[in-house]
Amino acid sequence: MVPPVIEKHYSQLIHPLHAVLLAGTLPLFFGALLSDMAYASSYEIQWNNFASWLIAGGLMFAGIALVFAIVDLCCSRRRAPGLALYSFILLILWIIAFLNALMHARDAWASMPTGLALSAIVAVLAAAATWFGFCTPRHGGVKK
Amino acid sequence: MKLTHFLATLALAGLLGACSEDPTPIQYGATPELPEPKRGLLPDMVIANPAEWGEQLPIVPEGYSISAIATGLKIPRQTLILPNGDILVAEGRGGNASSLKPKDVIASYIKAKGTSSVASGNRLTLLRDADGDGTYELNTVFADNLNAPYGLALIGDKLYVANQDALVRFDYRQGQTQVSGPPQLVTPLPSAINHHWTKALTASADGRYLYVGIGSNSNITERGMTAEVDRAVVWRINASTGEHKTFASGLRNPTALAIHPDTTALWAVVNERDEIGPNLVPDYLTSVREGGFYGWPYSYWGQHVDDRVRPQNPEKVASAITPDYSLGSHVAALGVDFSTPAMGAQFANGAFVGEHGSWNRKEPVGYKVIFVPFSDGRPSGQPVEFVTGFRDDDGTTRGRPVGVTVDPRGALIVADDLSNTVWRITPDRSTQ
Repeated sequence: MVPPVIEKHYSQLIHPLHAVLLAGTLPLFFGALLSDMAYASSYEIQWNNFASWLIAGGLMFAGIALVFAIVDLCCSRRRAPGLALYSFILLILWIIAFLNALMHARDAWASMPTGLALSAIVAVLAAAATWFGFCTPRHGGVKK
Repeated sequence: MKLTHFLATLALAGLLGACSEDPTPIQYGATPELPEPKRGLLPDMVIANPAEWGEQLPIVPEGYSISAIATGLKIPRQTLILPNGDILVAEGRGGNASSLKPKDVIASYIKAKGTSSVASGNRLTLLRDADGDGTYELNTVFADNLNAPYGLALIGDKLYVANQDALVRFDYRQGQTQVSGPPQLVTPLPSAINHHWTKALTASADGRYLYVGIGSNSNITERGMTAEVDRAVVWRINASTGEHKTFASGLRNPTALAIHPDTTALWAVVNERDEIGPNLVPDYLTSVREGGFYGWPYSYWGQHVDDRVRPQNPEKVASAITPDYSLGSHVAALGVDFSTPAMGAQFANGAFVGEHGSWNRKEPVGYKVIFVPFSDGRPSGQPVEFVTGFRDDDGTTRGRPVGVTVDPRGALIVADDLSNTVWRITPDRSTQ
């Protein structure tokens, strides 16, 4: 029996490795935000170091996820609804996270308070990218 | 999404802004022009592009000659003239500061491209010109198995060597070409992390004390305040007992010390902080007052507050002493010694300063030896270039001066840690 043709959403096509890396950006970038907050309130420099490495890790994860997304964009078989928006958010996330990494390369308090603000934006974007990467749109209240 | 676009554009503008040309303000002397601190997203880094000397020589003033008296050394840093005219050369590379941030990994890789790749010598080499013809025919290892030796001083029959972790002492008798035994410990020196590892050394005029320069453990406290205990200070050490006191503080990296021959005051060259712009903060030459605080980390050039330090300390800032003489930002002064009339009339009264050269600046500066004229025991007037030609405008760099030492017989000895050479500059007989 031939199964009925249903329109697949991108979240159903996402590669498992891509999924893991995408989901991983959230704790990394959120961890960087928490570390920045800890540094801003305690002046304890080790939090600043933690934030720098968490951002570097997040950049690596998000970068590889971005490559997956671009490959999928180029491959018509895998180009599902939602992919374009998700890829765009991921790209913006990566660019701002990269600027944040440069900001955190400044010595001591020179990375603050801009670094904290950028970390907050990046954490929100990481949540958005994860959401749109996995989100299955509903049609007429029925989940496909 | 609009906001993120806006932020990205803003940040990129900041990045490009950092790349614009900066006119170089006048930064020599007692009142340097100090612009506002600034830094783009990327620090300016222009690294020396090492090349061989070949047939070329550094350039010296009319009436002076220069020759290489020792080559093939293992990172020569500072030199000492012994009473019989022999020259001791401290060779080595120290520091064990680990990378704290991703930035450190990248920056250390880039900076290493502008330095010698030769292994650290960890030794003292003795050079001797027995017949006085200007050729140092004897080149022999005087002491070995030291730990990144840097500062050298002789008091009577005791030779003091400042390793990166301890001040040690050898017995010395005139004419000796090799130490007679292992060194005696005088006192351990602060050496945890050793971000700035060089331990500058000089003896007081009366021979009772030794002064040791101990650099900070960071650029601007990015390794934490606890890493800065006993750092960015000059210690005064009792030569016979080894007991020490902090003589002066707030000197970020006092890389060379010298006693003024007339006033017997202690002078230092100090390397100031990076990453707040190409024209901040000037490295300086200053007399070092007992109990004086010179600003680091809280402020620079007197009471200019450095906003990167948290928590701040307004009380310390209020007590900060303004240094005597600016040498210019990022020149990296690593050597200082006072001249003598035997160096010729124009260079008789003043201090020679060896400038290793910048990395944190788009338009490189330093890479030369200058002479700061003195009168009445104080700097007076503009510096004069004494040895140049280490770096070409296209970035080709054949040498980087470190320690400078005046031979009382009338010669300047310059250690060059890029070409691993010791240079000797002498006035031609007719000019004397």
